[in-house]
Amino acid sequence: MTKQKIVVIGAGMASGRVLETLTEAAPEQFDITLFNAEPRGNYNRIMLSPVLAGDQTYEDIVTHDDAWYADRGITCRFGEKVTEIDRDAKIVKGANGDVAYDKLIFGTGSEPFIIPLPGHDLDGVIAYRDLEDTERMMSMGEGNKVVVIGGGLLGLEAAAGMAARGVEVTVVHIMGHLMERQLDEAAGYLLRKSLEGKGITIKLQANSKEIVGEDGKVKALMLDDGTELPCDLLVMAVGIRPNTALAKEAGLAVGRGIHVDDQMLTSATDVYAVGECVEHDGAVFGLVAPLYDQAKVLGQTLLGEEAAFVQKTLSTKLKVTGCDLFSAGDFAEGENREDIVFRDPSRGVYKRLVIEGNKLVGAVMYGDVADGNWFFQLIKDETDIDEMREMLIFGPAYQGGEASDPLSAVAALPPEAEICGCNGISKQTIVDAIAAGATDLGAIKSTTKASASCGTCTGLVEQVLQVTLGDEFKMPAAQSICGCTDHTHEDVRRLIKSMPLQSQEAVWQELGWKTRNGCHVCRPAINYYLLADWPLEYKDDPQSRFVNERKHANIQKDGTYSVVPRMWGGVTTPAELRAIADAADKYDVPTVKVTGGQRIDLLGVKGEDLPNIWDDLNKAGMVSGYAYSKGLRTVKTCVGTDHCRFGTQDSTGLGIKLEKILHGAWTPHKLKLGVSGCPRNCAEATCKDIGIVCVDSGYQISIGGAAGMDVKETELMCSVPTEEDAIEVVLAVTQLYREGAKYLDRIYKWLGKVGMDWIVEQVVDDLENRKALAARFELSQTIYNHDPWADHVEAKADKYAPMADLTLEAAE
Amino acid sequence: MSWIDIGDINDIPLRGARIVKTQVGCIAVFRTAPDEVFAVSDTCPHKQGPLSEGIVHGQSVTCPLHNWVFDLNTGQAQGADEGSIPTYPVRVDGTRIMLDGEAVSRRTAA
Ligand code: SRM
Ligand SMILES: Cc1cc2nc3c(=O)[nH]c(=O)nc-3n(C[C@H](O)[C@H](O)[C@H](O)COP(=O)(O)OP(=O)(O)OC[C@H]3O[C@@H](n4cnc5c(N)ncnc54)[C@H](O)[C@@H]3O)c2cc1C
Ligand code: SF4
Ligand code: FES
Repeated sequence: MTKQKIVVIGAGMASGRVLETLTEAAPEQFDITLFNAEPRGNYNRIMLSPVLAGDQTYEDIVTHDDAWYADRGITCRFGEKVTEIDRDAKIVKGANGDVAYDKLIFGTGSEPFIIPLPGHDLDGVIAYRDLEDTERMMSMGEGNKVVVIGGGLLGLEAAAGMAARGVEVTVVHIMGHLMERQLDEAAGYLLRKSLEGKGITIKLQANSKEIVGEDGKVKALMLDDGTELPCDLLVMAVGIRPNTALAKEAGLAVGRGIHVDDQMLTSATDVYAVGECVEHDGAVFGLVAPLYDQAKVLGQTLLGEEAAFVQKTLSTKLKVTGCDLFSAGDFAEGENREDIVFRDPSRGVYKRLVIEGNKLVGAVMYGDVADGNWFFQLIKDETDIDEMREMLIFGPAYQGGEASDPLSAVAALPPEAEICGCNGISKQTIVDAIAAGATDLGAIKSTTKASASCGTCTGLVEQVLQVTLGDEFKMPAAQSICGCTDHTHEDVRRLIKSMPLQSQEAVWQELGWKTRNGCHVCRPAINYYLLADWPLEYKDDPQSRFVNERKHANIQKDGTYSVVPRMWGGVTTPAELRAIADAADKYDVPTVKVTGGQRIDLLGVKGEDLPNIWDDLNKAGMVSGYAYSKGLRTVKTCVGTDHCRFGTQDSTGLGIKLEKILHGAWTPHKLKLGVSGCPRNCAEATCKDIGIVCVDSGYQISIGGAAGMDVKETELMCSVPTEEDAIEVVLAVTQLYREGAKYLDRIYKWLGKVGMDWIVEQVVDDLENRKALAARFELSQTIYNHDPWADHVEAKADKYAPMADLTLEAAE
Repeated sequence: MSWIDIGDINDIPLRGARIVKTQVGCIAVFRTAPDEVFAVSDTCPHKQGPLSEGIVHGQSVTCPLHNWVFDLNTGQAQGADEGSIPTYPVRVDGTRIMLDGEAVSRRTAA
């Protein structure tokens, strides 16, 4: 019997399996020639990462050595690329000569995708695919800097492997969280945290702009925000593309990959393909599990047996020590889906199951992945989980599951974490006091002073009591922010500072949120707390804001908007008034109204027109009036010494100064100021959040007024001699309010909780503290004191228009 | 179905929405945190609030006018509120968003 001539292009993981099947079942039946572009035979490519990390050697991961091929009579042509195929003559052409085939197998795998950034062809810019790349990375060590573009599976394994060698690694990722295709944002946050714990720097939402070189060698990566990241090596791990060039030239049907049917047959007779180079039923592949299935099917087909390839659900793990994550199935698309979320902050565990109807369709977990395969099986088997739904998330071992514990965040706090900010009392001090016999809140207050001042940390002190004493302590019921959490606003505020937490994902995970990403009640509050406490570290999230603050205009009942430009201190000019009049004409503004805040409101502007009307007003020197914000609204003034016969100080001038300094600041609720030139108080300063009444001897500053749902007169806080002092006191008290108050408490409500005595202590008596508060306010203003209208006109004007208009197309 | 390319997924902010004008009215196309995409009517059945301007959480949106919450899968109002919004077939091909042209043309709507 003449042997059947089989030629294989590519000695990869998929074709390797085919060869195993064939030579095991019918060692004498085939005459096999194996080409490989790499100068070696088949090795376990996925184990390159452990080799990089130093846990294994190349020798450990070779699956087929020279002897293996020799024993099976396989002709190896390694280091030789197939350059052409003559299908009519059934001949394959390599650099060292032709080979005839009866059956041809493509196993060409895929090629790493290289972003065509300027400088991508510099020496030192590599991908992560083969042994050469791995060796290049292994040549890096202490003192070297490497940038990895891509925060997916490969990029992170590369980063972790090099970090383990002492290399200073930075990962640059374009999306909002790591491994976004396999993980949700919560698991992505935990992954990021543990990678940062390994010394890896991670930059999210970072766009690469250019690779900078010197003498033909890579020197740095430049991001589009101007950041320059110096590096000795740059690894691009941004995706792969099926290697199809040769197949295309040979005239095979190729889409994203080489088209194959269920038997792995391509569009040409006697030509087959397996592995990452194929496209089957619209799908391409990037993990080995389905490739092994394909290899088995092809082996059986060539042996004349019946077999068909079926796509299955896949699961992913990351091969980085200490990062236990698992994801399987699908959490996109589809109707009637339901989430089950479990978080255990003290163990750093997050689990989420996605259920559709009575079936589990997806699972993501981090930290505790023991049940991963069980869930994966439920997904693959499409098991009816209706009966076990309640306990499902606790895995196969649990009958009675535990509810997530709101105390675990406090239990997990390190001893030195500050619980009471006013008096600088740490968790340890409180625990010591409890051990010494202070077993209720009153006793803690008197022995440690914790929660004895402003009182906002009361809830946390009680939790420390509960964690330490267990059932001996009865917790008073507290009002949580919303259904997503058991924590109160006050507790969350303090924990954000003391843990510290600097992102929404961190808050959700570390404080055991019960939902995936909050709701319309907690998200705006958390966004505010984060930006108030971490102005430099946290980036404001417009998607966690109510429409008015996201679009910088007030939404009206018919979906149009009102536009209110600032009129500093209520003073305007003929030119400004003309520009307002022109804008009203140009954009068909139905109503122009003088507001109760000494400025002009243009009501009824269409959403699409906003950037245009803003641009016009900007050009006339006007900026957003923030009439929509939980932030500084207006500073109402009277005419003061400039014109009034009773004026004692320049109330108009001070009002304008204050409005300019405070402009753009976000506060727990809206903030309105008034400055009157004398006690006749024409600016109604004594019913504002902060009111200043000028007198001969200086400035009387009072706070906590209101004239809305509640009407309140302000309470006097202090009198100061100079305008400079007045400004500093206003900034300090504003900052104290920003740092301490519950979201949506106006100053008068906050005042009612913390008391005037305490506020006076902080901003009037303690001069050093006053200055520190004012300085923190000014620091925050380096980020927020600007005009959002101008920013939006420049950066995202196009987002105000519909993304598509199908009214015309659909009519065809 | 006849899929129409309406734009790139990156043109919609994460946990946000953009509108598409169609013969059956404005349709809000949502993008949730894990890059799921939903297309529903932009108009709240309560008092016609623009849902594309609401806060997106999980697979729900909260109407910006009076806080009704809708499940984007089914279009059903959640909790005590009663009402629903039409949903439209949409899919993502790579990064392109495809909306079903038949479902949003007047012919099939009538
Ligand atoms: C435009 C204006 C009425 C007017 O035509 O004069 C106005 C309009 C609105 N006010 Fe006001 N308030 C306006 C001055 C006031 C004043 C008077 C003042 O500032 O001197 C008060 C009482 C003083 C105070 O705040 O204590 C006032 C107390 C309120 C309240 C009650 C607040 C409270 O804590 O009790 C609300 C509701 C809220 O904020 O939750 C409110 C909410 C609103 C909202 C934003 C309702 C909303 O959420 O959509 C209105 C927006 C209309 C729009 O689309 O533009 N408005 N509002 C005034 C704009 C002032 C400005 O130039 O920025
Ligand atoms: C670092 C790394 C880690 C990974 N980790 C995992 C993991 O944890 N889990 C997982 O499931 N998957 C993982 N993968 C993916 C997995 O390795 C691939 O899915 C698998 O190797 C693909 O097998 P293949 O046979 O299709 O192609 P390959 O293994 O790439 O083999 C293709 C071979 O064909 C050769 N070739 C191409 N064109 C020609 C030509 N014209 N002539 C001759 N030879 C040619 C190439 O040189 C190559 O050697 C990882 C990949 C890498 C790079
Ligand atoms: S008083 Fe009521 S109706 Fe009038 S503007 Fe203020 S919120 Fe609107
Ligand atoms: S219009 Fe949507 S809730 Fe009222």
